Amino acid sequence: MADFNSDVVTGLTKAVVAELTTETVAADETTTRKREPRPLGAPTVIVENVHVTYRITGAGKTMNNTPSAALKRIMARKSNPTIREVRAVKGVSFTAYQGEAVGLVGSNGSGKSTLLRAIAGLLPVDQGGAIYTMGQPSLLGANAALLPDLSGEQNVIIGLLAMGMTRQRAEELMPGIIEFSGIDEHGEKFSELPMSTYSSGMSARLRFSIAAARMHDVLLVDEALATGDARFRRRSEERVREMLASAGTVFLVSHAVGTIREVCDRSIWLERGVIRMDGPTEEVVDAYEQFMTR
Amino acid sequence: MGARVVSTTSVGPEAGLSGAELATRYGLAVAGARPGIVTYTRQLWSYRNFIVTYASSIISASFSKARLGRLWQVLTPLSNAAVYYLIFGVLVGTKRDVPNFITYLCIGIFTFLFTSASAVQGVQSVTKNLAMIRALHFPRATVSLATTWTQLQNFLAAMVVLLAIALATHEPISHTWIYMPPCIALQLMFNTGLGFACARIGAKIPDLKQLAPFVTRTWMYLSGVLYSATKFDANLPGPLATVAKLNPAVVYIDIMRHALLRRFANSPAYAWVWPPMVTWALAIGWAVVALAAGYIYFWRGEEEYGRG
Repeated sequence: MADFNSDVVTGLTKAVVAELTTETVAADETTTRKREPRPLGAPTVIVENVHVTYRITGAGKTMNNTPSAALKRIMARKSNPTIREVRAVKGVSFTAYQGEAVGLVGSNGSGKSTLLRAIAGLLPVDQGGAIYTMGQPSLLGANAALLPDLSGEQNVIIGLLAMGMTRQRAEELMPGIIEFSGIDEHGEKFSELPMSTYSSGMSARLRFSIAAARMHDVLLVDEALATGDARFRRRSEERVREMLASAGTVFLVSHAVGTIREVCDRSIWLERGVIRMDGPTEEVVDAYEQFMTR
Repeated sequence: MGARVVSTTSVGPEAGLSGAELATRYGLAVAGARPGIVTYTRQLWSYRNFIVTYASSIISASFSKARLGRLWQVLTPLSNAAVYYLIFGVLVGTKRDVPNFITYLCIGIFTFLFTSASAVQGVQSVTKNLAMIRALHFPRATVSLATTWTQLQNFLAAMVVLLAIALATHEPISHTWIYMPPCIALQLMFNTGLGFACARIGAKIPDLKQLAPFVTRTWMYLSGVLYSATKFDANLPGPLATVAKLNPAVVYIDIMRHALLRRFANSPAYAWVWPPMVTWALAIGWAVVALAAGYIYFWRGEEEYGRG
């Protein structure tokens, strides 16, 4: 952190951490940081007091799920006990700006992926909160298989068309995308084989390459970079920087904090669905790593 | 990496603004909000390439594991026709009353399957594509349209079989064949609307997938596929017979039969269920109503698909 008055930022973040460690993690805690310096660029994502609740069917004990139990339940007009509610995100607020890369860290199940899906508009936000975004954010997940029965090339075409490109443009871009993904680099023409034959790293690379073919106002990357090898990671980090340069905003979820340190200026640390810390990557990630090794 | 700024909310002129006010100022929209129906339709039109490409990919993927490949597109309707011919033509003996029963039967089965397959596949169109719906943002109606489009392709393949059967049974090439394209177009409109409705209901109630085959089978027996719907008049009380004859499948099958079956055109077994003009009016009415209602119904659920 060079020319900026980083000591102010540091001081503030420390204050926030101190406040949070006292276990008074309230929904509106982010409002305490309103006095931070103003960034360049317009806001692209505004997340305001967001709660996300999952309603999960079939989560009950298997014992209660027999046909006779189901019949009894219906006769007694009881609600389905196999529906459980899980509060994955509890009152998160922040604003992200153009040209900003935001890393999301936190232990497994802390709500990172849920938050990204809510920002992408794929999960409903509970009453009282709201998410506003510039354009339509694209979510790139490591487990979002496209069409496993189709070849890599067909998946590229369909993916590009689904992002709103014309057929002609999609066909022009396809060879470059296959090359970028590097799936053909191993002597085998994998791009002509069904995606179901790919390793998880290969399909994650192809998916990233498809999504990265277009400039996004807001790109949400969920663990998609972590699965690639070192060479692909370098290439994709490069691509993320290009997007930032063209005034996009990138959110990055990764357990490989190396990538976050490499790409993101700002990081948000989520724990149990609340923001534990929000600030410059170095500080947040350091604190997070300390927390995890404790 | 330089000292890019880190902050949650800004100071200065925007400090006191709420999220909603800030969003309006910078033209941000609520994530995943449903666009108006006109905008939505325009978006859908710009995705026409996607729909067609996706539909043909579904077809080639669905046959990719079979050794005979896309030959099954023709073999499936043929096998269907063979089974029904064996049971209702040979064993039960409906055959005797109806001249050229095999063609008569095939028209009924293929035309009905076009609609019922659109419904059955429509129920699964959202749930089957959840992975893509959750990964990418595009108008969700495209997956429903692609599903109906694949059914059209299957139906056109079946039509080739049907025309071959008709010619093989000495049906003449007749000017009445020109009834077929508008009839297929109207049925396609009807199926599209039906597919939209099924897609939304199927996305909400996954159990419908288990139920769909029984519903369509009942529907088939009510649609005069194996016999003429004119029999309703003799066997049902008046108002009920009229309701039974309003069935859209009855209407489309009747038009297709009168287009193709010309050799014994004056046979009493081929009598129109409704007078021809009424039949066409019903065909158009069903198409328009189903398409409009189904489309609006699907659009109203746009935010729900792939969530949860």
